[in-house]
Amino acid sequence: MRLGEKPKLIDENGRRIDGRLPDELRPIRMEVGVLKNADGSAYVEYGNTKVIVAVYGPREIHPKHLTLPDRAIIRCRYHMTSFSTTERKSPAPTRREIELSKVIREALEGVIFTELYPRTSIDIFIEVLQADGGTRTAGITAASLALADAGIPMKDLVAGVAVGKVDGVLVLDINEVEDEYSEVDLPVAMMPSFKEITLLQMNGVLTEDEFWEALKLAEKGIMKIYEVQRETLMSRYSKVRAEVEE
Amino acid sequence: MSITPTSGRIIPRLRRDTILSLLEKDTRLDGRKLNEYREIVVAPGVIPKSEGSALARIGSTTAIAGVKIGVGTPFPDTPNEGVLTVNVEFVPLASPTLEPGPPDENAIEIARVIDRCLREIRAIDLSKLVIIPGEKVYIIWLDIYILDHDGNVLDASMLAGMAALLDTRVPKVEIDEKKNVRIIRDETTPLPINHKVVTVSIAKIGNKLIVDPNLDEDDIVDAKITIGISDDGRIVGLQKAGPGVFTYDDLRLAIKYAKENSVKLLRALEEKKGTKISLNSVLKSYVEEKILKHQII
Amino acid sequence: MPIYVQNRELVTPGTLLAENEKFKLESPTVFKYSNKIYASTIGLVDISNGRINVIPLEGKYIPKVGDLVIGLIEDYGITYWIVDIKSPYKAILNVAEALNRPFNPLKENVKNIYDIGDYVLARVIAFDRTKDPILTAKQKGLGKITKGRIVEIIPSRVPRVIGRKASMITMLKNETKCQITVGLNGRIWIIGPSPELEEIAILAIKKIEYEAHTSGLTDRIRNFIRKEIEKRGLKVNEIRRKT
Repeated sequence: MRLGEKPKLIDENGRRIDGRLPDELRPIRMEVGVLKNADGSAYVEYGNTKVIVAVYGPREIHPKHLTLPDRAIIRCRYHMTSFSTTERKSPAPTRREIELSKVIREALEGVIFTELYPRTSIDIFIEVLQADGGTRTAGITAASLALADAGIPMKDLVAGVAVGKVDGVLVLDINEVEDEYSEVDLPVAMMPSFKEITLLQMNGVLTEDEFWEALKLAEKGIMKIYEVQRETLMSRYSKVRAEVEE
Repeated sequence: MSITPTSGRIIPRLRRDTILSLLEKDTRLDGRKLNEYREIVVAPGVIPKSEGSALARIGSTTAIAGVKIGVGTPFPDTPNEGVLTVNVEFVPLASPTLEPGPPDENAIEIARVIDRCLREIRAIDLSKLVIIPGEKVYIIWLDIYILDHDGNVLDASMLAGMAALLDTRVPKVEIDEKKNVRIIRDETTPLPINHKVVTVSIAKIGNKLIVDPNLDEDDIVDAKITIGISDDGRIVGLQKAGPGVFTYDDLRLAIKYAKENSVKLLRALEEKKGTKISLNSVLKSYVEEKILKHQII
Repeated sequence: MPIYVQNRELVTPGTLLAENEKFKLESPTVFKYSNKIYASTIGLVDISNGRINVIPLEGKYIPKVGDLVIGLIEDYGITYWIVDIKSPYKAILNVAEALNRPFNPLKENVKNIYDIGDYVLARVIAFDRTKDPILTAKQKGLGKITKGRIVEIIPSRVPRVIGRKASMITMLKNETKCQITVGLNGRIWIIGPSPELEEIAILAIKKIEYEAHTSGLTDRIRNFIRKEIEKRGLKVNEIRRKT
């Protein structure tokens, strides 16, 4: 919690501290194929939150004893650069980063057809370049793009967003200030084509009715993010087509 | 303990032979001349939340640097100076051969070379970063991450680091009667810089010297020398690496190459200085390059 | 039995393709979920006589028995080599599959046959989910690659370099006068009458890779090659291709 006075987070016109309406996403930007060495890569921005992801694999596992005979293992690392936060963060992994690495891995593992690649590993490396709320969900969105960019078969893309409750109002895609004063933080990730939830955490208190309302709000955001993901993946191919086919 | 490295990458003999036979004709696999640097991109201000930042690309080698500023106690031997801490991280995004973990000897060596190049010439005026002499000073954290490793990560790290320092704004502080210091991040002044510094790395393969080795060349070099050059043309740091040796003639040529190329690197630092570049714009549309300019052989 | 996509349409993972149980699914690029068929990878839709498929645009090489591949020797033991075939699985080449004569490990070293860093043209003779792929280099034309150039492309785009009934590769060979051997793992070996023609062949192959998902590709590549030859002032009609 921040010391000092809590700012007014919803104004008299119902607008949020950055001018958005409660159900509005921040500007979303995405790019795929941004790194040369990686098998798949992506860069995602949710407003001022900036995340880059590399995927390597399926590839041979070192050390060998981690191998599974019937499917690929997923290794996932969520990490924040030391300059991504207001106060410098030590580069060594924190307990928070270790937990988030696990929930993100589990949010993606059920989506990937790991049984196609027994005895291999698919490695997902998430680096938060600038943190302004929603880094784990932006990380998942970027990771699923990077997996698709690597050509790894999966059931669907995964898109994520966090819903919060500020000044008693449910708001979509909370930024850092809202997160700090939020009564609730509810990050959600889904396979949008199937409406199946792959990540769900909650920090705070909601009535059941409010929970369902919050989930609906998250879904609304996720469907929009999914559209941008699909466009981003296809645009570079359709661009080449347009260039050469006339 | 430092152990002879066993590279995870196998260089095909056909490619190695081609590199060597091209070097005999004073040319390189990617068409460069021996003393020719790859294309340089410097994008400052990519992380607005940090006190200073920059992304640098040399060919496809990519490094991102960010500066965070805090308040702490000075070192006992320099009570009237701020503190500069340089840290380099090889994150596993950058290459299939990298694993997560604390900085290894390569990352630590790079961080220390950069630190020395900045410190000895007093590139940053640390004496202006004192809040209460002997008690409270500014701590400048320069953190550099390698995002894509295509050879010569040292020069890319130095370039990103220097560009980030040039982009850095120092927040004001308030001191109360109990000498408590509060940082006011909204009010800033530029980081006091005395000199700009760049490094130029030169590799020796057989009896040939090449500037700015790419990854294929990096993997077969006998020895490397990194030369720090300041904006007034002085040598501000040296680091020899690898098991091979340099003759006096080699060093003369290496210094000549370093001075020539430092001009290009220093110019790249100036080009976009003072502007804020969006990461989106420097990271995009890499795919075409990846396929069409793909390493041949 | 509705179909929601058109032939050659670009799709992404999770795109609904059709509702029809009768379609045969032949590749992991498509999957069935509660009686609906979806895409699992980014690629192009391919619908033809009772089949629905997605031709992938990205992805690693997965070995198949019979495939011709170009491997890179990565390591060796007393009687075998470990070979990188640009796949998640490292291949094994036993010395008995490389030599037509007996091999005595007490007197000889496999390193003197193939050393680390050597390229080898080989064929996959065994592979399943439990064991790493086994190669042979004993058949005619297989073995160490000692000259020419190797170009690497994304393995899933190799079929476009070959083309329908080998139309693309035949055209490439005729126009560039180069010998071109396509490893299905995305490594292609080129030997030409001159470095310039080798270079043009490489550029043409990279262009095929880049434009793999477009139509009218063969004609465009032929024009590209002819222009490049003209630009460099080469006289190719006087060169007879060695076969």
